[in-house]
Amino acid sequence: MTAGPPTARKPRLTSLLLALMPFAAMCFTVPAWDRIDPIVLGMPFNLFWLIAWIVLTPFCMWGAYRIEMRGRKEDPAP
Amino acid sequence: MSPSGIALGVIFAIVALASVIGFYAGARRKMDLEQWTVAGRSFGVLLMWLLMAGEVYTTFSFLGASGWAYSRGAPTLYILAYITLGYAVSFFILPPIWELGREHKLQTQSDFFAWRYRSRYLAAMVSLVGIVFMIPYLQLQITGLGIIVEVASFDGVSRVPAMIVAVVLLAGFVLASGLRAVAWISALKDVLMIVAALSVGIGIPYIHFGGIAPMFTALIQAKPAHFVMPGSTANLGHPWYITTVLLTSLGLYMWPHSFGAAFSAKSADTLRRNAVVMPIYTLSLAFMLFVGFAAVLILPNLRDGDLSLLSMVRKTFPAWFLGLIGGAGALTAMVPAAIFILSCATLFAKNIFRPIFAPRMNDHEVGRLARIMVAVISLISLYLSIHGSSTLVALLLLGYAGITQLFPGVVLGLFWKRVTMPAVSTGIVAGVGTLAALYLTHRDPFHGLSAGFLGLCLNFALAIGLSLIARPNPT
Repeated sequence: MTAGPPTARKPRLTSLLLALMPFAAMCFTVPAWDRIDPIVLGMPFNLFWLIAWIVLTPFCMWGAYRIEMRGRKEDPAP
Repeated sequence: MSPSGIALGVIFAIVALASVIGFYAGARRKMDLEQWTVAGRSFGVLLMWLLMAGEVYTTFSFLGASGWAYSRGAPTLYILAYITLGYAVSFFILPPIWELGREHKLQTQSDFFAWRYRSRYLAAMVSLVGIVFMIPYLQLQITGLGIIVEVASFDGVSRVPAMIVAVVLLAGFVLASGLRAVAWISALKDVLMIVAALSVGIGIPYIHFGGIAPMFTALIQAKPAHFVMPGSTANLGHPWYITTVLLTSLGLYMWPHSFGAAFSAKSADTLRRNAVVMPIYTLSLAFMLFVGFAAVLILPNLRDGDLSLLSMVRKTFPAWFLGLIGGAGALTAMVPAAIFILSCATLFAKNIFRPIFAPRMNDHEVGRLARIMVAVISLISLYLSIHGSSTLVALLLLGYAGITQLFPGVVLGLFWKRVTMPAVSTGIVAGVGTLAALYLTHRDPFHGLSAGFLGLCLNFALAIGLSLIARPNPT
C-alpha cells in the first residue's frame, strides 16, 4: 500500500448504485415524466412523481446504509 | 384595532419572545471566542439537529418556493428534487469528513482544505468563496423579512424601512448572544414552521377550491402551460432542470456552516442515519408550492411572486393568523441570517485575516475583529437587499452556483490520493470565473444550461486533468 495523503474508505459500488436510483428518477429522466397526464391523487403527473420519489428515496438510502454497515463489519480497517 | 396593527403585533410578540429566549441563552455563560462561535462544542444531538434543520429551511422555502410556483410554474419543481438528492450525496461525503475531522482535529471547512492540501492560501480562498456566496443567501433572508412586514402591515410600512429595522435587530442579536441563542430559537421556529406549512398548504386549497384535486383541475384548465417545464419562463426547460438539480444537490452541504456542522455530530453513523431520513422533510415544501399555485387563480395580478404566500394568507385568514404565519416567517429568516452573519464574520477573522495578514493576533483580538465584521457584513447585505431586484429563488441559485465550486476539492480530496493543491485551486478560480463572466453579462442560463454547472464542469476537468499532468509521486 502506498503512503501518500490519507484518503477515506471508498463507498461500495452497490450502495452508490442505490443512491443513483433517486438521481435517475428525479433528475436525468425529467423529459419522460414532466407532463400533466395522468393526474394522480389530484396532482399533475410531474408533481406526483417527485413527491413519490421523496418518499421512496429514504428506502434506497436505507438499503445503501445496510450495505455500508455490512461492509464495515466484514472489513473494519479503513 | 386595525388588522395591520393586530398582524404586526403578533409578529412583534413572536420575535420578542424568540429574542428573550436567545438573550437568556447567551447571558448565562461567559463569552469567549469559542463559546460565541461554536457554543463551546457542547451541543447535544437534539440541539444539533435543530440547528441543521434551521439552516436548511429558510425564507427561501417559506416565501421563495411559493413565489416561483406562482411566477415561474413547473421549473420550481427542481426544489423538491435537489434537497432530496442533496441528502443522498451527504450520505457519502459527510461520514468520511467527520472521521477525518476526528482523526486530525478539524473544526471547519477551511481546516479541511488546509489539512488536505497543506496550504493556508487555498484555505483562505475557500473561506473567501464561502463569504462571497453566502451574501446572496443572507440578502434573501433580509428581503424576506422586508416582504413579511410589508404584507403584514397591509402595505402601510414599505420594504426598505422594514429591512433596516430587521438588520439592526439581527446584528444586535448576533453580537449579544452568538450561536447558542440561535439554536434555541430554532426550536420555536421549527414548531411554528410545521404548523404554518400544514395549515396554509392544506387550508388554502380547501377554502378556495374545496380540495387539492379540484384546485389542480381548475389550474390546469386555466393555464396548462404553467405546469410543464419551462412553465411561464422562456428558457428554464429540461436542460436547465437537470443541470440545476445536479449543481444544487452537490452543493447542499458545501455551505461553510453546514459543512462545519458535520464535525459537531456525535458519530459518523448519526450522519448516515440523518441522510437516510432527512428527505422526508422535503414534503413540507410541496405544501408551499400548493399555496403559490393557488395564488395563480385567486390573486392573478401580484407585482412580485414572492408576495404570493403571505398575500394568500392575508386574503384567506384573520389578521392574527397572518401575524402568526408572519412571525414564523420572520424567525425562518432571522435564524439562518444570524447563522450566516456569524459564519461570515468568523471565517473572515479566523480563516482569512489572521492566517494571511496577522499571524500573531490572539483569540481576543480575533473575537473583536469578528464582531466588527458582523456589522460590516450586515450593512453590505442590507445595501444589496435595498438595491437588488432578484427573486428569492434567483438569489439562492446564485449562492449555490458559487458555493458548489468547492465540491471538486472536497470530493477529490476525500477519495483520490493524486489530487494536487494547484489543480484544485485552478479549478475553483476557473469555476467561479466562468460563473461570474456568464452571470454578470446576464447569460445565465447559458444556452439553456445553468452557468454554475458549466463552471463546475470546467472546475472538475481542471482539478482532475492538472493533477494527472503533475503526476505527484505516489509515495
